[in-house]
Amino acid sequence: MSGQPVFFYQVGTFAVGNRLLDPAMRSGQADPDRANALTSGHRACQGCGEALGARYVLDAAMRATGGRLVVVNATGCLEVFSTPYPETSWRVPWLHSLFGNAPAVAAGAAAALRAQGRDEIRVLAQAGDGGTVDIGLGCLSGMFERNDDVLFVCYDNEAYMNTGVQRSGATPPAARTATTPAVGDRPGNRFGQGKDLPAIAMAHGIPYVATATVADLRDLEAKVAHAMTLHGARYLHVLVPCPLGWGSASCDTIRVARLATESGLFPVFEAEHGAVTGVRRIRRRASVEEYLRLQGRYRHLFEPTRRDDVLDAINAIAEHNIHRYGLLAHPEVA
Amino acid sequence: MRSQIEGSRAVAEAVALCRPQVIPAYPISPQTHIVEALSERVATGALGRCQFINAESEFGAMSLAIGASATGGRSYTATASQGLLFMAETLYNAAGLGLPIVMTVANRAIGAPINIWNDHSDAMSQRDSGWVQLYAENNQEAVDLHLLAFRLAEELSLPVMVCMDGFVLTHAVEAVDLPDQAGVDAFLPPYQPRQVLDPADPVSIGAMVGPEAFTEVRYLAHVRQLAVLERLPYLAGELAALTGRRLDVVSPYRCDGADTVVVALGSVLGTLKDTVDELRDEGVPVGVLGVTAFRPFPFEAVATALAGARRVVVLERAFTTGVGGIVSADVRAARPGTACHTVVAGLGGRPVTSASLRGMLRDAVTDQLEPLTFLDLHREVVDRELARAAATRRSGPTAENVLHDLRGGAR
Repeated sequence: MSGQPVFFYQVGTFAVGNRLLDPAMRSGQADPDRANALTSGHRACQGCGEALGARYVLDAAMRATGGRLVVVNATGCLEVFSTPYPETSWRVPWLHSLFGNAPAVAAGAAAALRAQGRDEIRVLAQAGDGGTVDIGLGCLSGMFERNDDVLFVCYDNEAYMNTGVQRSGATPPAARTATTPAVGDRPGNRFGQGKDLPAIAMAHGIPYVATATVADLRDLEAKVAHAMTLHGARYLHVLVPCPLGWGSASCDTIRVARLATESGLFPVFEAEHGAVTGVRRIRRRASVEEYLRLQGRYRHLFEPTRRDDVLDAINAIAEHNIHRYGLLAHPEVA
Repeated sequence: MRSQIEGSRAVAEAVALCRPQVIPAYPISPQTHIVEALSERVATGALGRCQFINAESEFGAMSLAIGASATGGRSYTATASQGLLFMAETLYNAAGLGLPIVMTVANRAIGAPINIWNDHSDAMSQRDSGWVQLYAENNQEAVDLHLLAFRLAEELSLPVMVCMDGFVLTHAVEAVDLPDQAGVDAFLPPYQPRQVLDPADPVSIGAMVGPEAFTEVRYLAHVRQLAVLERLPYLAGELAALTGRRLDVVSPYRCDGADTVVVALGSVLGTLKDTVDELRDEGVPVGVLGVTAFRPFPFEAVATALAGARRVVVLERAFTTGVGGIVSADVRAARPGTACHTVVAGLGGRPVTSASLRGMLRDAVTDQLEPLTFLDLHREVVDRELARAAATRRSGPTAENVLHDLRGGAR
């Protein structure tokens, strides 16, 4: 069936309803025959960005591979909330081994499939930011360097949420976590060099690196679909707000993710073989403050006294990203 | 075919005969020759579609094996010493998941102080990991144990570690007989996993288990490992039809009529048997019991072999600090009431000589052996360091002090 004629209504968003689109352009989630790889009934929190991201990623990967997919999962929220014994939400072949070894386990699965002449079956590994940028980084770098045929997806919620919101290598500066408390002269996480994993992945020269957020799910699906047309090591870094850890409202997950990109704090781009090939430009620039204000983890920047020094430093990070990736479509009118 | 061949090469040949499908490896002495030989086999195409993967660490290597095994691939790796420790988390995971991975451990000491030479402290540190542990006395046994290990692992869905003494066996050139491919193919059918990641039949492997079932899942792992004691002798019988050599969970030597029996694992059994032969010729009633399967521990077989002994000496190539023997605890449990001495010997590659063993056994049969003995311990070196530590607070690093003393210098 063909889609209805598309009308762009002025509703204050850029979204176009799925029903209005040609079926080929619709979200995978609009397909009644979607894989539903992470099915309902799991125990994620309300408004969990990771659950949303994982469902879109896996269904898109299942569609791209015709269901010929195996999934490896690192320890973390995603593993815990999806498999409370004796139940499982996974409708894909799914293996959880350890916290820090998902890239290697996935590479082993890909090797075994090749050894059996079944490499039409593809392998996807997924982990949170702790399992990716910290404890799993050695294995991940090994997987990148060998160019193993694995799509590795990091659901980045910027801290160790499963263990109670402790700081990870992906926690942004000034954010309050259980181990970077909002006390003292420099409350919250320190300003360090950060650990820019998409850039680290690109430095390995792997075929594909992309970032995405749950605010733009069609973009996320498209990147997964594109990644599955390629072979070798591929890396997808998805920003997934965590209402519990970020102190944001459950109903604001999408809004927070969108503000992260529209403020320039989280650049959304694609890269192939180490070079940026595409950037999702900021459509309506938001202020950094607008993004931070929605999150309890930054409350200490506004009360009891406003910390303009810290806000300026965070703003400088956004400006740096905007400049580095050319995030503004029309810089002169920004 | 029988040929003079290095132990590592022989094991690589045996593993190749088992048609492995994925071999992840990370180099650590003294295991390197095994995986070098296998990488060559894979590169030449001799192993068909087998994938050899240079891992970024031992943790990565075992993780690769876990992923490969769970996806239906026959998986093998080798390690030693620090590498085995670096794998520790993955070892428990592979065993807990019930994945039939086979691994050679080229036994080597654990630091600090860093030491590349042979003892059993690496494998002993992982005795509770849920892996079956089989110890080879010589290179022929190492070869045969690898053939057996794949069959045993896959039949029972649990991982098997074949332990062979680093350098002493891995780098020793001995006559070794290797069966032909057709014989091994008949003994070892293609891998049929109990659980596999398969899009045609999706399952969740490694799900979270809470208090409501954790005990049962863990108990089943215990049951599965105990089954080794039943199946190993049976499968060893099948293998014997191919090789003409019979393996078992224990190997008694001149235990009949032996008043004193020495229990040991690994290559030291050769020296022990020679020593026992000499003492027997002199009329001293001693025997030897080799323990091939250390995990699971063959309590019944050990008890039977030691039934006639009045005194047991457990010769250990590792010890647990603050306690003493590791194997001794299990031997005592197998033979409660029998006098059991622990002799810690050959740590970090110190040679276990026939002369020292003779002296120790003479002490044993004349009731002069202490409950815990460190064979050939240089008491004066120890006393000197103890005195130094007592005399001054900043006495310095122990290892360096001891080496300095041995060089004859003053500090």
